[in-house]
Amino acid sequence: MKSLKTLLLIATRSLRQHALSTLVTACSTALAAGLVMSVFTLSDRARDSFTADPGFDAVMGARGSQLQLVLNSVFHLETSPGNLPWTVYEAIAARPEVVLAVPYAVGDSYRSFRVVGTTPELFTDFPGEESQGLPLQRGRLFGELAAEAVLGAAVAANTGLDLNDKFKPTHGVVAGGGVHDREYNVVGVLAPTGTAMDRVVWIPIEGIFRMDGHVLRGNGELYTPTSGQAISAEHKEVSAVMLKTRSPRSAKLLAQEVNGQGTVGTIAFPIAGVMAEIFEKLGWMVGVLRVVAYLTVIVAAGSILASLYNTMNERRREFAILRALGARRATLVGAILLESSLIAGLGALLGVVVYAVTFAVAAEVVRSRTGVILEFLPLHPAVYWTPVAIVVLGAASGLLPALRAYRSEVAKNLLPVS
Amino acid sequence: MVLLRLKNVRKDYATPSGETTAVLDVPELELDAGQQVALHGPSGTGKTTLLNAIAGILRPDSGRILLDGTDLVALSEAKRDRLRAQRLGYVFQTFNLLQGYSALENVALGMAFGPGVDRPFAEQLLRRLDLGDRLDYRPSELSVGQQQRVALARALANRPALVLADEPTGALDPVRAEEAVGLLCELCTEQGAALLIVSHDETVLERFETRLDLREINRAFTWGQTV
Repeated sequence: MKSLKTLLLIATRSLRQHALSTLVTACSTALAAGLVMSVFTLSDRARDSFTADPGFDAVMGARGSQLQLVLNSVFHLETSPGNLPWTVYEAIAARPEVVLAVPYAVGDSYRSFRVVGTTPELFTDFPGEESQGLPLQRGRLFGELAAEAVLGAAVAANTGLDLNDKFKPTHGVVAGGGVHDREYNVVGVLAPTGTAMDRVVWIPIEGIFRMDGHVLRGNGELYTPTSGQAISAEHKEVSAVMLKTRSPRSAKLLAQEVNGQGTVGTIAFPIAGVMAEIFEKLGWMVGVLRVVAYLTVIVAAGSILASLYNTMNERRREFAILRALGARRATLVGAILLESSLIAGLGALLGVVVYAVTFAVAAEVVRSRTGVILEFLPLHPAVYWTPVAIVVLGAASGLLPALRAYRSEVAKNLLPVS
Repeated sequence: MVLLRLKNVRKDYATPSGETTAVLDVPELELDAGQQVALHGPSGTGKTTLLNAIAGILRPDSGRILLDGTDLVALSEAKRDRLRAQRLGYVFQTFNLLQGYSALENVALGMAFGPGVDRPFAEQLLRRLDLGDRLDYRPSELSVGQQQRVALARALANRPALVLADEPTGALDPVRAEEAVGLLCELCTEQGAALLIVSHDETVLERFETRLDLREINRAFTWGQTV
C-alpha cells in the first residue's frame, strides 16, 4: 500500500508535468475506447431491437420479397410490394390456424409519417408480449367509417398534432405527392410502444379505400368508390395482413402452403427471422467496423507508448535522482507502468462518455427514422470489458519506456561530476 | 566506533582506446559514527566517484565498503538501494530536487523509499530550516538558498547514519554557502549523523577539524595529472 502510494505520487506528478501530451493521448484513447464500445453495442442492440418479437407471428402480402414485406408492414419503411384482394384477406382470416388477422392498407403519408388504414382489432387485440392491445394515451379509437385518425406517439410529438386537430394526408410515401382533399380529425394518441408503430398515423381502412384519387383493383378491374355507397368486398384490397397464429408450427405450415402455391401471395414467417437474415447478410460490415475499432485501439496504445517514450530522455535525471534517494529499478518500472495505465484508464473513462454520447445520438437517429428504440440498459458487456482491456493494453504500452527507465544509469545521469 | 570503512576500493573505467584505467584506488579510509570530515582535491581526483561508491550508486570493481559492518560491495543492487534509502543521506551540488514535486513532497519521497513517510517530521525539518511557509512550493518557485535547504532536509529526513555531501555549496554565494554548511553540520550533530563532505571551498573546509586530501588517499591519482 505504501509503495503503491509512492508509485502513484511519481506517476501522477509526471502526468501533471506532461499535462498536454497526457490529455491528447487520453483523448485519442477515449475515441478508440468509445468506438469499440459503440460498434459492439450498437450492432448488437440494433439486431436485438429489429429482430425483437413484433407481436404478430407472420405477415402476408403480395407475391414478392419477404424482406420488403416485413420492412413495409412492420417497420413502415420501403414501398409496398403490392396489394392482395380483400377476399384473400377474408380467406386467410378464416383459416383455423389463424387467431388474429389485421389488414393494412398503405400508400399515403403525412409530413413523412406513413398513414396506414387498418381495423380497430389492431388496437383491441394486438398480441403484445406484456399486454393485449395497444393502449391509448389519450382520446379514443377511430370510428370505422369516420374520417378520424389515431396518432402514434412519435407522430404526435413531432407534428404537434393533438386531439381535435385536423390534417390532410398526402398521396404517396415520398415527398412531393399531392395533398388529398379529405380532412381527418385526430381522435386519439397511442401510448409509446418503442416500435415503428409510434411513427404511424392510423386511420380506418375504409378511409384509404375512399381517399380521393385512390382506385381499387380487388377483382382486377379498376373501381372508384362512390360516396355514400358501400364498397363491395370484391373491389377492396389490402397491402398486408398481420397474422397471429395458434402456434409457431401452424404458422410455419401455413407459410409453407401459401408460399408453395406461388400464386396467392407471400407469407413472411418468422418476422424476426426475416430481419435476422439482413443482419447476417450485413455481418461482414459489422466485422469490418470491429476491425477498424480494434485498429484505433492499437493506434491509441501506440500513442501512449510514443508519448511516454518521448519523455524518457528528459526524465533520465529524474530517474537518477529517484534511484539516488533509494528507489529500486523495479520502482521506476512500476511507476512507468502505472503511468501508462493511468493514461489508458483516463482514456477508458472518457471513452465511456464518448460511447454514451455516440449511443444517444445513434439511438435518436434510429428512433427518429424507424421509431425503434435501442435500449441503453442493461449495459452491454463491451462497456465492461473494453475499459479493462484498454487499461491492460495501456499498461503493456508502458513496457518499452519502463525498460528504458529500468536501464537508466544513476551515476551517469546525476550532475555534476567532478 | 567506526561507521564507515573502505578497504582497497578500486574502480576502473574503459578508455575510448579500449584500455582500462583506474579512477579510484583507495587502500583505506575510515569514518567514525558522528564524525564530520571534509574531503578536498582538484577536479579529477575521483571525489564524486568515491561518494557514489560509498552511496552504493557505483559498484567498485574490487575492495570492500563496510557501513556498520555491512559490505555494500557484496550486496545485491536492490539491497544496496534499500540500505542507501535507510542509512544514507546525499546532498548534491545542484541540489537535484525533483521539479514536479513540492518541497514537502521532495522530502517525503526520500522517506517513502526508506523507513516510511513521516510527514510531521518532514514538516518539522522544513520549518527548522525556515521553510514552514514554503511547504507546497515547487523548486522553481523557491530561491537558490531555499532549494539548498530543501535538499538538506531531504538528506536528513530518514535520520541517516551518514550524510554524503558533494560540493553542496557549489551553487551558492559565499554568505549562503557558509550558512548552508553551518546548518548541515548542525543538523548532523543534532541527529548524530556522520558527515563526509566534498568541497574545494577554503571557507567551507576551514570549518572541519578533519580534512583529507583526496590526492593522498586515492592512489589512482597521479600528481600533475589534472588541476
